[in-house]
Order: sequence, then structure tokens, then C-alpha cells
Amino acid sequence: MSQPRTLFEKLWDSHVVRHAEGEPALLFIDLHLVHEVTSPQAFEGLRIAGRKVRRTDLTVATVDHNIPTTTADRFRITDLVAKQQVEALRANCAAFGIELFDVGTVEQGIVHVIGPELGYTQPGKTIVCGDSHTSTHGAFGALAIGIGTSEVEHVLATQCLQQHKPKAMRVRVDGRLPEGVTAKDLALAIIGKIGTDGGAGHVIEYAGEAVRALSMEGRMTLCNLSIESGARAGMVAPDETTFAYVKGRRAAPKGAGWDKAVAYWRTLATDEGARFDKEVSLNGSELTPYVTWGTNPGMVSPITGRVPNPQDAASDAERSALERALSYMALKPGTQLTDIAIDRVFIGSCTNGRLDDLRAAARVLRGYKIHPKVHAMIVPGSQAVKAAAEQEGLHRIFLEAGAEWRESGCSMCLGMNPDILQPGQRCAATSNRNFEGRQGKGGRTHLVSPAMAAAAAVAGHFTDVRAWQFKDQEK
Amino acid sequence: MKPLRVHKGITVPMHKINIDTDQIIPKQFLKRIERTGYGDFLFYDWRFRPDGSEEPSFVLNHPVFRKGSILIGGRNFGCGSSREHAPWALSDFGIRVVIAPSFADIFFNNCAKNGMLTVILSEEQVAELARRAQEKPGHQLTVDLENQTVSDDQGFRAAFLIDPFKRHCLLHGLDDISLTLQHEADIEAFEKKRVQF
Repeated sequence: MSQPRTLFEKLWDSHVVRHAEGEPALLFIDLHLVHEVTSPQAFEGLRIAGRKVRRTDLTVATVDHNIPTTTADRFRITDLVAKQQVEALRANCAAFGIELFDVGTVEQGIVHVIGPELGYTQPGKTIVCGDSHTSTHGAFGALAIGIGTSEVEHVLATQCLQQHKPKAMRVRVDGRLPEGVTAKDLALAIIGKIGTDGGAGHVIEYAGEAVRALSMEGRMTLCNLSIESGARAGMVAPDETTFAYVKGRRAAPKGAGWDKAVAYWRTLATDEGARFDKEVSLNGSELTPYVTWGTNPGMVSPITGRVPNPQDAASDAERSALERALSYMALKPGTQLTDIAIDRVFIGSCTNGRLDDLRAAARVLRGYKIHPKVHAMIVPGSQAVKAAAEQEGLHRIFLEAGAEWRESGCSMCLGMNPDILQPGQRCAATSNRNFEGRQGKGGRTHLVSPAMAAAAAVAGHFTDVRAWQFKDQEK
Repeated sequence: MKPLRVHKGITVPMHKINIDTDQIIPKQFLKRIERTGYGDFLFYDWRFRPDGSEEPSFVLNHPVFRKGSILIGGRNFGCGSSREHAPWALSDFGIRVVIAPSFADIFFNNCAKNGMLTVILSEEQVAELARRAQEKPGHQLTVDLENQTVSDDQGFRAAFLIDPFKRHCLLHGLDDISLTLQHEADIEAFEKKRVQF
């Protein structure tokens, strides 16, 4: 009998093209997602060496990072350097024969939103993209790895990735998440527990009752944030929830191929008795909504908590990091998180820019007005998400509350387009990074779930969404 | 890629945990389509004031440290975004080696692809190097990839481990793609048998 294997090991084993002693393995890549920011130098490298793209049929591109999200400016990038980058992607896709979902198409969106939406993301696949949040696709039971531009060039030329086999880690979350506690809160709780380098060198498999109960959107949020604990990838074993999501999507297997695919996907789950190099467990039923107060996603506390005191830090290095973070964030130790007032709200990104996320925000905002001192921006993750949200009338709830309703893109998650914070502005954001200057130089970012961001938008400060008075009945 | 065998240079102390790639190269400089010229933007928000003048307290604005080529970093150096612009900026500025107790995986890989060496030493060893760099600006270190050692003239000596394949590629300045394309027959064979629906 063969050794019990983990989901990760099954994917690894089935994609090794070659593994010579003392060298990294050569892994075959089933899907390569490309965007404008990390690809121009890779295509230039191919051109200089006279190389082609090996598998244009396994490569898909879109524009997301630089694209303006206001309808009026959608096709008019005034930043000439950004414009040149978008045009470079167009020219490269045309020259090398790669399908591009450009601005103005119904498919355009954040690369990690459209991959799953169009059915390209499937269980059992190896997926890469020149973007650290590629870990998102692991939600489907795919092995999805974020890579740099040299590796993008390598995959374009060879359809393979050189990779040392990472270690396997399991994060088990038992119990059910309470009402008002979401996949985002779970992810932040995990990062808070294991630290921003707790997953380094590992592929994390998320398991347990709380994970199984998550929708695909929730699983994507969870896996998306794997990189914030330093993991190579995050994964969830495929199940009925996964199959139901993938079925019928454009690039999904059809007819007899579908049945064959599902039968295969069912064999991927981690075998009973398989060994992990590291195991962590949490009780999901004890979790609360979380808010980050510092300058990395591990600097996080339950909404019921306070800003910590650097004097309590475990080491000198931790203390100086804390002092610097609180100074940048302009927060005093001991401040109740619910007392922190905000100026801006950003709901969107590859972390929380999907339909479920917008529904959660709309449910909170229904019947309320956004605080007069707060400017809120809601940016759907893709054109398909935008259309679906409008079909349900969510955009009317946002607009009536006083929020801006935008076109799809990465937007103020990283502010490469015109959507940025001004120095000193404090933002409740549903995105993935609260690094110094991430949303704009001098901007202060607090990471939260969509429902928590929406509640903060109304209250003008962070507030516990578990106590929210929903106005579900009003039309 | 430029081969790297032995490198001697001035050490720059930046001993702070979790230095992320957003700090190494802020997003406004990721729109360029070139691979070169990022050195001017390295640590931009830490290096320059809002009016564009240099922030005198920042280490790389020190007259000696700006000539440094060996960065002494803290734990989880290079975490966050996968942007290869981070090693491009470090390299363009003149940094050839980064020494830290640990690195984020993607940054670690990206450095090697650009002929930059990342050396992992213990917390204590890194702290000692940071102290020497800080106390005597101009402190020099010799990083010998062939013998896998780091040493200075004042008695510091440490051995480091490195993946043998990576060492080989760095020593000879090898291009990954050409190496992989030597195995094109294996790729073709895999493509024929791979699972598809």
C-alpha cells in the first residue's frame, strides 16, 4: 500500500517533470496568469533571447493594477508611465499570442478574481502568477504559487517552474465561526497566531469544520492571505462546494470530461494518516471580528481589544518594531480599537472584492448613511462581480448610503492607479496589507472584513459588527 | 547574469524585522517597463522627505553607507509583495549581498535570479554584524561563496549554508531558462501524459 499523502503532495507528485539530485524540481504549470505590472520585463527577456511562449493555451492575461476605476477615466490613463505599461501588455499579448481580458471587456477584473470566475482555476492544477496573492487559487485545491518576474519569464518560455519542495503545514479550525465573524477574521486570527513568517517555507492546508463551512468566496479570502503569514501557498481540499462553484463556468470541463474531472478531484483530499511537518489548530467558535492596528497583518487584535503597549513586547527587536508601527499609525498604547476614528473606507481587492463580500457590506449599509466625515469607496473585483451586484441592486444600497461605486481593479489596495490615501488619512480596508505607505504615502491602513468596514463607515470609527442593528426588512 | 564568487564590501546596518518589499521599492515605481534604473527609488519613502530632499537620518543617506554593498537586515527580510523590482532596486543601488536571520521565500528566490546572494546567519551573528556596521561606518566584510564563509578583519568569521544548485548558478552566473530548456524532451514527454479534461 502506498504511503498516505497530503493534498499538497498529491499535486506536487503529479506535476514533477524532472527532479535530479541536488537540484530544484521542475514542476509543470497548468495555468499561468499574467498582468501588466510584473510581466513587461519578462516578455522583453523572451524577445532578447529570441524565445516564444511555450503554451499560449495555458496562459491568460488581464489588466488590473494600474487601471483607473472611475467610469469616466476608464480608458484614459493620464499617468503616462502606467499607460505605457498597460500598452506594453497589449502589445506583448498580441505579439506572443496570449488571450488578454482588456479593460472594456466583460471578463476584465483582478487576476485572482477572474481566474476562478471564468473557470480557469480548478482543483488539481498548478497555477502561477507574478503576484504574491496567487495563493488565492489554492481555495479550489490547486497548488497556486506567487512568483517574481524572472520566474514569469521562465514559465512563459518553458511552462515549468523550478521549485524546491516546500514543507507541509496544516491549520485546523474546528467549530463554527459565530455570526459576524468571517473568513477574513479567521485569516487575520491565524496570522496573528503564527506570525508574518509563521508559514515561511510551507504550503498551508486549511482544514476543519469552520473551513469546510466556508463558501468558495470565503475560502478564497482565507487562502489569499496565506502569503501574509509567509506561506508559499494555501490550500483547501476540493469538495461539493468547490465542484458546484466550478461547474458550468466557461473554462470548466464539460460533458463526460466533467464527470471524469470530478472523479479525479475527489481523489485529491489529504489521506487519513498523512503527515504534516507542522500543525496548528484554532477553535473557530471562539473567534471575533479582528482589526489590525499596526504596519503588518500580524499586528492584529479582536475588535474588543486595545492597542498593545510596546513595553510588553517579548524582545528588543519586537519592541522597536511596535514603537515604530504605533508612531507611524499615530496610535497610543491602550486605546480601545472601537475608539479609533477613520477618514476613508475601501471595500474591494483580490482579498474581499467578490459578490459575497459586497453582499455582506450591503447588508450592513442598508438603510444607513455613511458618516459625514468618512469617504467610502466600493470597488468590485471584476466586471462580472459588478454586473452581478447591480443585478441584485447592491449598488443602489451603496449609493444611497453615500459610498462611491466604482469599476473593477486593484484600486486602493496598493494605489498604483489614482486611488490613494492622502498622508495622515486613516482607512478601514478590506484588502491584504497594512504596510507603511501601502495605500498611499503616509496613509494608515487597518485591515478588516467587508462587514466591519461597512459598519465603520457608518459609525465613523471601528465598531463590533456583531452588535449591528441590521435593517434587512426595509426596501 | 554576473557571476559572484567572493565579494568584499562595506556593510550597511538595517537590522529591523519584517522589512517588506513595499518599503524596499514603493508601488509608484512599479509602472516602469525596464529592468534597470530602480536604484534611485530604493527605500524611497524612508530615504526622501515629502519635498524630495534626503532624510539625513536614514542609513543609506550616510556618506559612508551609501557606498555599501552588503546589507545587514532583520528577520523575515523582503516579506510581502512578489515584486522583483525589490532586488532590482537593491542591485541597481549597488547591493550584492543581503545577510539576515531569515528571508521571505519569494524575495529569496528573486534575489538569486538576479545574481544577488542572500546569506542566512543566526540572530546573534546578524546582530553582531549590525553592531559592527553601526559602530564603525565603513566596516568591511568578505563574503566567500566558494567556501561559504563570511568574515572581517576584526575576527568575525561565520560559515553559511546554501542550496548547492543555487550556489552553482550564482558562481557561474547561469541563466535558469537555458538550463531548463536542456530538458525540453522531459517537458514534452510530460505534456503528452499530463491529466486533462
